[in-house]
Amino acid sequence: MNLRRDVFQAIADPTRRAILLLVATQSMTAGAIAANFDTARPTVSKHLQILTECELLEQEQNGREIYYHLNPQKMKEIADFIEPFRKLWDDRFNKLENIMKKYKK
Amino acid sequence: MERKTKVNAEEGKHDIHISREFDLPVDLLFKAHVDPEIFEQWMSHEYGTTKVLKLECKNHGGWQFQTVDAQGNVLFQANGVIHEFVQDQKITRTFEMNNTPFAVQLEFLEFVKLGDDTSKLNMQIVFKTVELRDQLLKQPFAMGLNMAHNRLQEVVGKLK
Repeated sequence: MNLRRDVFQAIADPTRRAILLLVATQSMTAGAIAANFDTARPTVSKHLQILTECELLEQEQNGREIYYHLNPQKMKEIADFIEPFRKLWDDRFNKLENIMKKYKK
Repeated sequence: MERKTKVNAEEGKHDIHISREFDLPVDLLFKAHVDPEIFEQWMSHEYGTTKVLKLECKNHGGWQFQTVDAQGNVLFQANGVIHEFVQDQKITRTFEMNNTPFAVQLEFLEFVKLGDDTSKLNMQIVFKTVELRDQLLKQPFAMGLNMAHNRLQEVVGKLK
């Protein structure tokens, strides 16, 4: 099953929130991030993958290492708490518009 | 994608303005708000089906709807009265969520003809207090977190 990734899914998990806090101040490699957690390395990799997929984290190749850093643009999306409210209405109205187009003569 | 729906909530005020332009004639935009079957369609979502229990489209009419999940549990129920009803132009109504501490809110819906095939909806929602408005505004944000969490649990549950 292919999950649709969005920022809200990403920050619903406490470990992922902790990862975001970690990389907020500096770019870090997956290894350095994992060293901060008791969880198994593949679990941390999975979290990094999810955070990257929803664009909260960006990868940067530096020599042989991949560094992760925060995407401030995407973080802003979360900070803007009105956006989900707007999106709720936008989704509804999009639906309304699609349904009513069928009634057009 | 263009953001068609605009939401304006000024700091410190106790109302919200929502506006949206539609590629629909104004009578069809209006119909979507008064025809129970159509209303049910666009108010339903992946988490629940909306059912209109009452929709009396006239001055001093009452309305009531509920949203149930796939198992038939009532997720949400709301009701109110229609204070003023002008065909294809405006609906002024109250809105109250059942079984919640939230005070009733007042909603002004204005349907504007832009062209033969385009129209605009202006909605003003007035809350009892600024705090209540901010709380309501944040709800979809909190819901987004919850739903994401539930969905994760659902998926993880299937992996077990």
